[in-house]
Amino acid sequence: MNLKAETLKKIDEVITHYPVKRSATLPLLHLVQEDAGWISTEAIEWIAAKLELPPINVYEVVTFYPMFRQKPIGRRHIKVCRTLSCALVGGYKVCEKFEQEFGCHRGEISADGEVTIDFVECLASCGTGPVVMIDDDLHEKVDATKAVALSEQIRQEAKQK
Amino acid sequence: MPAPQQRRLIFAHIDEPGYTKDLACYLKHGGYAVMKKAFTRKPEELIDEVKKSGLRGRGGAGFPCGVKWTLVDRKSGKPIYLIVNADESEPGTFKDRYIMHQDPHQLIEGTMISCFANNVKQAYIYIRGEMPHGARILEEAIREARDANLVGQNILGSAYSCDIFVHRGAGAYICGEETGLIESLEGKRANPRIKPPYFPAVLGLYQCPTIVNNVETLCHVKHIVDMSGEAYTKIGTPNNSGTRIFCVSGHVQKPGYYEFEAGKITMGQLLNEVCGGPLPGRTFKAVIPGGSSAKIMRFGERYKGKRKVGTEMVDYDWGVEDVPMDFDSLGMIGTMGGSGGVIVMDDTVNMVEALANINAFYSHESCGQCTPCREGSLWMKKITTRMVHGDAREQDATLLKSVADQIPGRTICAFGEACSWPTQSFLAKFGDEFKGYADAKKTKVPAETPLI
Ligand SMILES: Cc1cc2nc3c(=O)[nH]c(=O)nc-3n(C[C@H](O)[C@H](O)[C@H](O)COP(=O)(O)O)c2cc1C
Ligand code: SF4
Ligand code: FES
Repeated sequence: MNLKAETLKKIDEVITHYPVKRSATLPLLHLVQEDAGWISTEAIEWIAAKLELPPINVYEVVTFYPMFRQKPIGRRHIKVCRTLSCALVGGYKVCEKFEQEFGCHRGEISADGEVTIDFVECLASCGTGPVVMIDDDLHEKVDATKAVALSEQIRQEAKQK
Repeated sequence: MPAPQQRRLIFAHIDEPGYTKDLACYLKHGGYAVMKKAFTRKPEELIDEVKKSGLRGRGGAGFPCGVKWTLVDRKSGKPIYLIVNADESEPGTFKDRYIMHQDPHQLIEGTMISCFANNVKQAYIYIRGEMPHGARILEEAIREARDANLVGQNILGSAYSCDIFVHRGAGAYICGEETGLIESLEGKRANPRIKPPYFPAVLGLYQCPTIVNNVETLCHVKHIVDMSGEAYTKIGTPNNSGTRIFCVSGHVQKPGYYEFEAGKITMGQLLNEVCGGPLPGRTFKAVIPGGSSAKIMRFGERYKGKRKVGTEMVDYDWGVEDVPMDFDSLGMIGTMGGSGGVIVMDDTVNMVEALANINAFYSHESCGQCTPCREGSLWMKKITTRMVHGDAREQDATLLKSVADQIPGRTICAFGEACSWPTQSFLAKFGDEFKGYADAKKTKVPAETPLI
């Protein structure tokens, strides 16, 4: 595993938070995913070794929790809330708008590798729906206009890279 | 009757201009004074205050907090853990988010008082994975509190030490269920445990006695210890003491969060006056009062029966608008106050489509351990989705009901109830719409806002 020194430091620190090492499984998966972008088989084995667990114990966790990915995704991750309160005020349309903007379907990476679009369940911001998370940031009251503006911003960033 | 004024206890500083999430600001507003005072008292006294207050859990079930604390096994000699349930994942609920993002020290103070009262040496805040900023804010706030000797070793020079760590979930709703949460915190799949024997108060985290409380519940503890349990009972109504935060979403003019004394405001006042009523040209059709698993209410229906007021039994005859917003009144009419998430639907909504949306949620979130829940939630989703996108048949209504009826009471955790109540109640209140959906579809224009 090729992890940043800073990630390794955080990993060693977080393990000390628990009397039982296995408890650090989710924190380690988060840290590795933030560093590497996704969870590879190598990562699962590395984490298992680090926590002195059989790899299956880490693998079963990866496959249970929707936030852990076993494949790379686009440069930015667009997560549109699918659940009722957001849907009532246009969540599905917002997802379609993003799909049009990037020419890919939910669950896919856009051809230019810029984004992955996903539907996710309730993000606990139902009063300001439709809501969308782009990587770590929450965007509220996202209508078609705002979806286009956010997409444009993502494309601009890509050009500046 | 005009709606009462909001009573902001927990949300006193939410959205207040100039109020920031750092320790300095919290201290300027009298922060940690209650904790300092509490640490000079006996832990049992503090538990007594919480018992006297009648505080009921704000996570969903409304279980009395003081009672929960007395059930903790204190004789085993094992360490006692406290877990803050910050998973906030019941659709329609969005109150804990604002506490954690804007007033994290209120939560930390409430947590530390609760830890001291219960002789807890280690607390964890289990925050849902989709709140990465919330987790960072809490970590920073804990660091500030630790540096100021308000958390950690020998707090405020006393013999008492207690630490808090933040633990992030990873996108699974079932982590909100307390025993699923514990499994998750132990680094496993969040498969809820069988009760008995695994009551958290006896066999919780690492098989040690464990208290699991919701974020908002623990904030209330701070205010109870501040004003006394007795004084707290004066807020709200008997058996429903304190304030409640209502999270209103969907088809109203002003969705948002509003804090009122429990039971002092009716559904009608909340939706029509506080939230500005329906959108222009529309009328209210239905409302889910306590998070998406609460049973739906239909505008126009009447609820009749007898209820206790003081010592007397009196008749009530309520429309949806007349129902007081408290645990008992909502329970009496067959639904629940739950987590305070009020989801409003107007006359543009087709109930088959709305239910298909909810069913998709539950089928995605079932942990899969129990056959009735795993298969039932999947089939309810498949049937309702097919009704919308494929063929709808008149007998689907009966089929749906029979699937839903076979789940509750046959599962390991309350998710079984949570996933069947929407289907059961949608069919009970809007059965005609399900039976007539096949016909209605022939002339129906495609929905402007698809729900599935
Ligand atoms: C399926 C399911 C999901 C739940 N989700 C949450 C949640 O997101 N947040 C929460 O505080 N409680 C949730 N609960 C309730 C918890 O199990 C537990 O009762 C609660 O955290 C206790 O805290 P309280 O007594 O302070 O309310 C959920 C329960 C079930 C059955
Ligand atoms: S009821 Fe559903 S969520 Fe709960 S343990 Fe069973 S399968 Fe899992
Ligand atoms: S339904 Fe979208 S945030 Fe809750």
